[in-house]
Amino acid sequence: MMLNEQDMVALAISLKLAAITVLLLLLVGTPLAWWLARTRWRFKFLLEAVFALPLVLPPTVLGFYLLVVLGPRGAVGKAAEAMGAQPLAFTFAGLVVGSMVYSLPFVVQPLQAAFSALGRRPLEVAATLRASPLDRFLTVGVPLARSGFLTATVLGFAHTLGEFGVVLMIGGNIPGRTKVASIAIYDHVESLQYANAHALAGVMLLLSFLMLVVVYAANGRLNTVNP
Amino acid sequence: MSIEARFQIDRGDFCLDVDVRFPGRGVSAVFGPSGSGKTTLLRAMAGLEKAAGSYLKVGDQVWQDETCFIAPHRRAVGYVFQEPSLFEHLDVRRNIAYGRKRVAPEARKVSLEHVIDLLGLGRLLARYPRQLSGGEQQRVAIARALATSPAVLLMDEPLASLDEARKDEILPYFESLHRELDIPMLYVSHSKDEVMRLGDHMVLLDKGRVLATGGVAEVFSSMDLPLAHAPDARSVIEGVVVAQDEEFGLSYVEFSGGRFAVANNGLVADESLVLGSTVRLLVRASDISVTLERASNTSVMNVFAATVAELAREGAAHVTVSLSVGAVAMIARITRKSATVLGLEPGMRVFVQIKSVALLR
Repeated sequence: MMLNEQDMVALAISLKLAAITVLLLLLVGTPLAWWLARTRWRFKFLLEAVFALPLVLPPTVLGFYLLVVLGPRGAVGKAAEAMGAQPLAFTFAGLVVGSMVYSLPFVVQPLQAAFSALGRRPLEVAATLRASPLDRFLTVGVPLARSGFLTATVLGFAHTLGEFGVVLMIGGNIPGRTKVASIAIYDHVESLQYANAHALAGVMLLLSFLMLVVVYAANGRLNTVNP
Repeated sequence: MSIEARFQIDRGDFCLDVDVRFPGRGVSAVFGPSGSGKTTLLRAMAGLEKAAGSYLKVGDQVWQDETCFIAPHRRAVGYVFQEPSLFEHLDVRRNIAYGRKRVAPEARKVSLEHVIDLLGLGRLLARYPRQLSGGEQQRVAIARALATSPAVLLMDEPLASLDEARKDEILPYFESLHRELDIPMLYVSHSKDEVMRLGDHMVLLDKGRVLATGGVAEVFSSMDLPLAHAPDARSVIEGVVVAQDEEFGLSYVEFSGGRFAVANNGLVADESLVLGSTVRLLVRASDISVTLERASNTSVMNVFAATVAELAREGAAHVTVSLSVGAVAMIARITRKSATVLGLEPGMRVFVQIKSVALLR
């Protein structure tokens, strides 16, 4: 069973979306997770609850609010318009923003767990060995939390790949631009093209499985907390 | 140079309030029961605990006072933690080089090869921490701290996580550090054996306060301090090996009060008991008996003339007797009945018979 050209495009958009989302989330999520793991701020739990919201909210709820904010009448949309840019809704950039919100906990939580598991000791040791705070983070914190990075990357990627509701709400369904694989499958089923749905669903199943195999194999020995 | 430290740290359930000066050379043993603030003191010196109103001066450099706080990574400390805490993702060589790389080239006084040699790590360089025994890991941790050429080496119970055999494996390395490097060390421990063996100077801590500072021999035998009254009270005596008797396997160690005969069959003993070397002997309070006259027919070889300095009752049955033997103070534990029968009182001239003596180093 082969994928037709449109499905190939949809799959490529999915992969590109997942890759960009994860990359940006690692950039934003690493310092955030580091801070969450190390702060003694008493209201930290409030932020943790906020960042965990995408885990439990129906994707349509999330997508709805994103649409309101990102659309031409939303705050971000208006700001974008004022700067001469397109509103983000129904664009690929909009999908990236939505995916980042949607997949945030899948990146931040494994990182936070890995950073917490480090404890303070290795960093204190590095401090007594003349390493500055940034140096300690880069040469001790990050390498020792590498299993957390792997988990965060794969879970963030796979979760973005599998997103449906949010994309449907804010991405529309524009072939070649915002039509991702999960939506293509839905369209195929709607129009009773089961063979096409099978092919694409099979690819997605295989991809997701392979990624999880990588994570669990790599983390076999290490005890990481996954959401 | 010397190290001046004043810390007032209030953690609610625990207070550290010390004002202490450490000598700029040799090993200063910081001794006290757990919870006495030993670790907090070291952490504060390394800048890992912050507290207002602290003062720390190492040599001529002020590391913290009311206006300044030098960050931990800008302090020239070497810190050896209780657990080795090696970087799991780096091999032994890169663990040792980690701190050294971060020190300005002109401040690197100790070469990598020298510390590797000193701690006997030559064959382990390519291994990862998880492939090392606990003792080996702790040796790497010490080498790593030393490789930064610290102005002071802080060691927080470096042997506490090791079993007896591993301790014996590491102790000789500490002694060679002591001999070969001119870096002052603060050695925190709650083990009397370690303190007596390694310490030159001693700081006695209890409940976050300094009870006493002084030479190790002096602090252990002071009747004003709890150590002399402990059930396992002991005295430290330093002397020089002046003669050897190969036929009977004995070495003679001279101190200001006489000459000790020491058996040569100990494990460490044979290497240490070289003619002319300075050694440190341990005498337990319960191994000393007191007589009014020098006994002639006895198997005890170590008999010295002494003067009773002080007596203190310990419970119903015992007394602790502090004796001056030459310039040295020794602590004896005898029954109260014996003390009464002998009529012991301060200033009396007596003889001490020492049943057994151990070589510390």
